[in-house]
Amino acid sequence: MHSLVDTATLERPAAAPASRSVSLVFTGSGGAGAMTAGQILLDAAAKAGFYGLMSRSMGPQIRGGEAAAMLRLSNRPVAALGDGFDLLVAFDWGSVARFAAELPLGPKSLVLVDDEQGETPAFVVASGAEVLCLAFERTAEAIPDGRVNMVGVGAAARLIGLDPDGLVAAIETKLGRKGAATIAAAKAAIEAGERLVAEHPPVARLGRGEGSADGRWNISGNEATGLGAIRGGIGFVAAYPITPSTEILEWMAPALERTGGVLVQAEDELASINMIIGASFSGVPSMTATSGPGLSLMSESLGLAVASETPVVVVDVMRGGPSTGIPTKSEQSDLAIALDGLHGDAPHLVLAPNSIDDCLATTQWAVHLAEKLQTPAIVLSDQSLGQSRVVTDRPPDRPYRAERLVAAADTANYRRYAVTESGVSPMAIPGTPGLAHVADGLEHSERGTPSAAAADHQRQLDKRQGKLDRCDYGADWADVEGDGAVAIVTWGSVTGPAREAAARLRARGEEVRLISLRLLAPARPVEMAAALSGVERLLVVEQSHSKQFLKYLRANYDLPTATKSFARPGPLPVRPVEIEARLSDWSMQ
Amino acid sequence: MSIRGNLALRQDAPAPLRAADFRSDVDPIWCPGCGHHALLLAVTTALAELGVAHENVAFVSGIGCSSRIPAYTNVYGFHGVHGRALPTATGVKLARPDLTVIAAGGDGDGLSIGGNHFTHACRRNVDMTYIVMDNQVYGMTKGQASPTTSADWSGSKLTPHGTGISPVEPARLALVAGANFIARGFSGQPKEVAKLIVAAVRHPGFSFVHVLSPCVTYRKEQREWKHAVHPSLDAAPPSRMDEAMHRLADDDGFTTGILFSGDRPAFAPDRQQRMAIGSFDAQFAA
Repeated sequence: MHSLVDTATLERPAAAPASRSVSLVFTGSGGAGAMTAGQILLDAAAKAGFYGLMSRSMGPQIRGGEAAAMLRLSNRPVAALGDGFDLLVAFDWGSVARFAAELPLGPKSLVLVDDEQGETPAFVVASGAEVLCLAFERTAEAIPDGRVNMVGVGAAARLIGLDPDGLVAAIETKLGRKGAATIAAAKAAIEAGERLVAEHPPVARLGRGEGSADGRWNISGNEATGLGAIRGGIGFVAAYPITPSTEILEWMAPALERTGGVLVQAEDELASINMIIGASFSGVPSMTATSGPGLSLMSESLGLAVASETPVVVVDVMRGGPSTGIPTKSEQSDLAIALDGLHGDAPHLVLAPNSIDDCLATTQWAVHLAEKLQTPAIVLSDQSLGQSRVVTDRPPDRPYRAERLVAAADTANYRRYAVTESGVSPMAIPGTPGLAHVADGLEHSERGTPSAAAADHQRQLDKRQGKLDRCDYGADWADVEGDGAVAIVTWGSVTGPAREAAARLRARGEEVRLISLRLLAPARPVEMAAALSGVERLLVVEQSHSKQFLKYLRANYDLPTATKSFARPGPLPVRPVEIEARLSDWSMQ
Repeated sequence: MSIRGNLALRQDAPAPLRAADFRSDVDPIWCPGCGHHALLLAVTTALAELGVAHENVAFVSGIGCSSRIPAYTNVYGFHGVHGRALPTATGVKLARPDLTVIAAGGDGDGLSIGGNHFTHACRRNVDMTYIVMDNQVYGMTKGQASPTTSADWSGSKLTPHGTGISPVEPARLALVAGANFIARGFSGQPKEVAKLIVAAVRHPGFSFVHVLSPCVTYRKEQREWKHAVHPSLDAAPPSRMDEAMHRLADDDGFTTGILFSGDRPAFAPDRQQRMAIGSFDAQFAA
């Protein structure tokens, strides 16, 4: 495994001369405030003109468990976590060893820890990192209402050379509602933290931010998903809380309330999916959000949405599976059930955002496609996209809206499931006079009456498959970047590190192509053949144990003979250096 | 989208509607003598009495013999999957409060596979009507015990010694789960059932109509139900839960009429648009 990475080999100023980044992580037992510390530092870096990203890793405990806020800050847009960490700020050693594999450190890394925490964990010692024991706790105690996490923020900011003004602004925004005393205490703690490390030379300095925060966004993947859904036209959501998707619902509930929509908390996922099918049948674009266990429960009714041709969007924020699995950590292992989990021949859409901010565009596109094609769309996000925040340029506006083909009142001889050239037939919305019909999950005639006849089954299967196959999906089906005979093909959150690996190779003068699929179903064999044209070596990168993505590619596309798989289950993120290494040395598995 | 409450009334009804005006041209799959034929008449009679426009009614069902009923009417219908009529109907009503929403299905569909949804629909109190067409048997799979089947019924090969499990009494379950209106009818008395459905649809919130509807194929003994049913002797239906609970505790399961009529406000989320979608951008400014 790759838990111990020498950061000395990781930062390559020669590879990307204008790009400078710093990676740091706050860890602590729940309640220590690691997440708040990370968020304040990210916000402050944004205000100082930097780009950045923050991922979170948590244990299963509701309170009091281990937590890590993992950040990467840069003067350039950040696609992924770094290869390792320049700085680790540990408020306590607590259960930090459980994160060892997720915290690559090297001899150039610096570790700050409270000086009363006792023995340094073995993985830290083995990394060769410098360990600095500081009076975090006592410093905080000396300040009225002082919090240890703010002392840590101050120390970290100083060591990476972050301007203190941005920190003050970030604190005022984040803690503003808690009152002047809280803000004053936080400022004092931050200044004390800065003084604690005043004599220490800085770790990888950020330098100056480029541009300003104006026009940039600070958004999580789950928020972006919610915004994309509403921009696409979603007016009804029914859902059951499940980690790590719940923030989508928490963001959408007040947002829908303000825009005249409705969000209802259902009794279970069976209810969620059927509520949104009912709402969509009645004419309102509808969505639910869930994770793997919920998607499993929804399988039967996803088939109902296919058969009854009722558009719905189901967002699956993937986590480690099977069963309850690892609810708080990321994995790309719901691909197979999303593609093939429905009984019968049930063509539907499967899409995947490939960055935190792309959650917006891809969800918005999913709403558009589901409505246009009158079929369910599954959107595969994951924990590392959904629960991470990014500071990025404002995502461009996309034209995608819900545009459903509806039937006009009193259409003569109306047939709900009429076979048409496109395969899409006009939908009569309740309230439209003269077109009352029964939408049905039973196989049916064009009119909608139940039918067990072979000819009707064949005709409707052809119709439902054909409307997906004949649709023009345009250029958004995948991101195809670069050229050359070597290519990486990937999807979803793993695109970030793959994109960075490709950029590093290109900076060294090597040609490499990146293909990241956004539309997974229906498969696009013609477009994929063009994307793969001239590729002699293909590296397939994914975060699943059973190589679900490789199997999907082999089933749907012609791949080069020299195709190699780099597949690893969650929760360890795939790091850019690991992809880079496999491209540089083709014999490496 | 206009919100006109539960009843979407016809604007231009020239002549009184008749039950036949709400029948489609599809022939029921039900056996000759099945109680559901009369129940279908009760539903269409009720729709005519309510005077609703065909296009403003959504009739939702799950799977089973009884769940075929929407196709035999000519209002908008949704025939979904087994057990999920209530969430589907809930979605329709919450998304389109202007529609009159009726869900129907069997005892297995509503109280076994859909039992969780039944209890939550009762407590959620969305303004819609649910009709359970109860024949105490799974007919479509050829005669197995349902959740309302008595413990000693040995007519199924699946449970040759009876289920040994106490049956659910739907009206009691609805009451403790929080249903706002509970009625029981017998499909052999379609005019009375139609009146109950009319009252149920007009009652705000979640209204539940339990209809005893004999299966003459697998439960021939249910032909005797016509002698067992008896109307409620109450002058006015109980409006207090403790009173209704007291009656239902003593009930033999064959009392017909309105068994509870509560006054809990319906769950109806506010649908006013207060801000433009574009204004969300500001909250993400770095």
